[in-house]
Amino acid sequence: MSGSLTPLVASALAAAVPLVLAALGELVTERAGVLNLGLEGMMLMGAVASFMAAAHGGGLGAGVLAGIGAGAAGALVFAVLTLSLQASQVATGLSLTIFGTGLSAFLGRDYVGSRARATFDDLPVPGLSDIPGIGPLFSLNAVGYFALVAIVAIAWFLYRTRLGLVVRTVGESPTVARSLGMRVARVRYGATLFGGAMAGLAGSYYALAQFKMWQEGLTSGNGWIALALVVFSTWRPVRVAVGALLFGGVTAMGLYLQTIGIQVSTFLLASLPYLATIVVLIATSANEQARRRNAPAALGKPFFDGD
Amino acid sequence: MIGFQLTRRARPSRAMQWLSPILAVALTLVVGLAVFAALGQAPARAFHAFFIEPVSDANGIAELLLKASPLCLIALGLAIGYRANVWNIGAEGQMYIGGAFATGLAITFQHDIGMALLPLMIIAGAIGGMAWAALTAFCRAQLKADEILVSLMLTYVANLVVKYLVYGPWQDPQANNFPLTVSFEDNALFPLLASLGWSWFDGTRLNLSIFLTLAAIPLAWFFVQRTFMGFKLEVGGLAPGAARYAGFSARGTVWVAMLIGGAAAGLAGVTEVAGPLGQLNDRWTPGYGFTAIIVAALGRLNPLGIPLAALLMALLYLGGEAAQITLQLPKAISLVFQGLLLMFLLGCEVLINFRVKRVARPAPAAAKT
Repeated sequence: MSGSLTPLVASALAAAVPLVLAALGELVTERAGVLNLGLEGMMLMGAVASFMAAAHGGGLGAGVLAGIGAGAAGALVFAVLTLSLQASQVATGLSLTIFGTGLSAFLGRDYVGSRARATFDDLPVPGLSDIPGIGPLFSLNAVGYFALVAIVAIAWFLYRTRLGLVVRTVGESPTVARSLGMRVARVRYGATLFGGAMAGLAGSYYALAQFKMWQEGLTSGNGWIALALVVFSTWRPVRVAVGALLFGGVTAMGLYLQTIGIQVSTFLLASLPYLATIVVLIATSANEQARRRNAPAALGKPFFDGD
Repeated sequence: MIGFQLTRRARPSRAMQWLSPILAVALTLVVGLAVFAALGQAPARAFHAFFIEPVSDANGIAELLLKASPLCLIALGLAIGYRANVWNIGAEGQMYIGGAFATGLAITFQHDIGMALLPLMIIAGAIGGMAWAALTAFCRAQLKADEILVSLMLTYVANLVVKYLVYGPWQDPQANNFPLTVSFEDNALFPLLASLGWSWFDGTRLNLSIFLTLAAIPLAWFFVQRTFMGFKLEVGGLAPGAARYAGFSARGTVWVAMLIGGAAAGLAGVTEVAGPLGQLNDRWTPGYGFTAIIVAALGRLNPLGIPLAALLMALLYLGGEAAQITLQLPKAISLVFQGLLLMFLLGCEVLINFRVKRVARPAPAAAKT
């Protein structure tokens, strides 16, 4: 039986990788107290930028750099508006999503439907990748392995380095951080740019690894799911991985059910990730004590250095 | 080194509350012209094609009103919620479901019920929008889940529900497998203004539904300014602590705010399917639910500012469609402008609460370790 589960695990992993990347980036951003709702827009910008860079002969390297750069650029705009100009984080995030959605559709207009010119190939680890069941874990592509490393690296960064402590302090109480001499705005800028870069990387995964093409709205709302993932994980990197895998599984369930012969409406299957997100949000919000204990205390609140 | 320094104003600047939206619009236009220039289009000609030509005749003005009407309606509903800090982002989905409810009534009963069908469809649309919004309200009010994400997720689900209906049980059997319903009969459509004797609108698509929106404007103003419920919502948004102390139910606020937004979106949905669309199909994704968020912000959540903002946004939509034809630009360009406008709006708001000064800063001292 485990032999026939392997394709499900493989597609769940494939769907989980970009969620992990985007959610980890947003996790760092939120740990610094910044709520970036523009993830979906930054992922789309990363996707179209990497697709275009690859299409013009830049290869995978240029594609990835373009994706990261585009995501970071979007995050920079977000940071200037919210951190320097004290705009509402919620409204600014939404505007970045609208802008990113429109700009990516506009820039990608000539590339709709065409195949990616450079794609990520799977790099199976000999031997380990043949283990039934978890074999696909050792048969990811470069970005997938990076995601695995990132989970560990970010956990180590947040809990074992001084800079990680600074980030967490800024997110819990920027006033205290400021009085300790920490540069709150600078830390938040860095965390926000990192989140945008990771979102852009996730976008380039969709364009160059998963779908290997471009079309409008390629990420189909996964940026929002990544946001829910951060809440679901109570802002802990390893739990992000678990949640992403669960979501990946839900997304992959549709194809899997079809392969084993169960006929379900494609629309119902397509709605499963979104319904699952709602269920997850309800479940994690039910225990408000736990959420308040775990959420960065200053999340979403603007901090003005002159007050 | 020259830098900028912000100092918080003692009181928000009243002048800036009016000026900042205007400044934001101006900045967006400047950037827009630069974009046109970069795309190889002469800015003046592009500006003319985008903003002037679409409204240069009666048909253009009718189309402007036809687009501004749902935007204004939805934004009025959403603004009431936003003032109460209830962030309904799912108006697009609520619009779909409202339209779907009205469609269900139309295709089932349009040969049996006569003139009474349209009013019933209007009610059904409002109920549909409210029902979809109620899901979000329940999740937020009773289960404390964040309404932004829930309402957004439900928008994606609503889109799939519509797709399911038009590909499946509601598909027109004579449509060659295209995902659309039968066209509505006359008793299921809003009458065109031209057919009612307003000859100035001959040949245009403007219909009776505009009066729904026109009625909603004073109703929204009255609700916010003169009713106790409106007052409770305001206080809930401005000072939640005071609201709790006064015994205003936070849950009640969420329900009322979401239901009003949902009803407005559902109504807008009916005006679309029983208006210019004349049916339900899977290509109907105008994005009005999202643009209305920007309209609400541009109108500063004010029932008097929102209609003006809606007209401006409708012009941006029309310009995008015109640009698609005359300038060969993709329709997505209007989304770019909308996002840009919202960002400039948010940026210019700093002027309301802060004074901006240019200061000469000494070179930064050595950073603390």
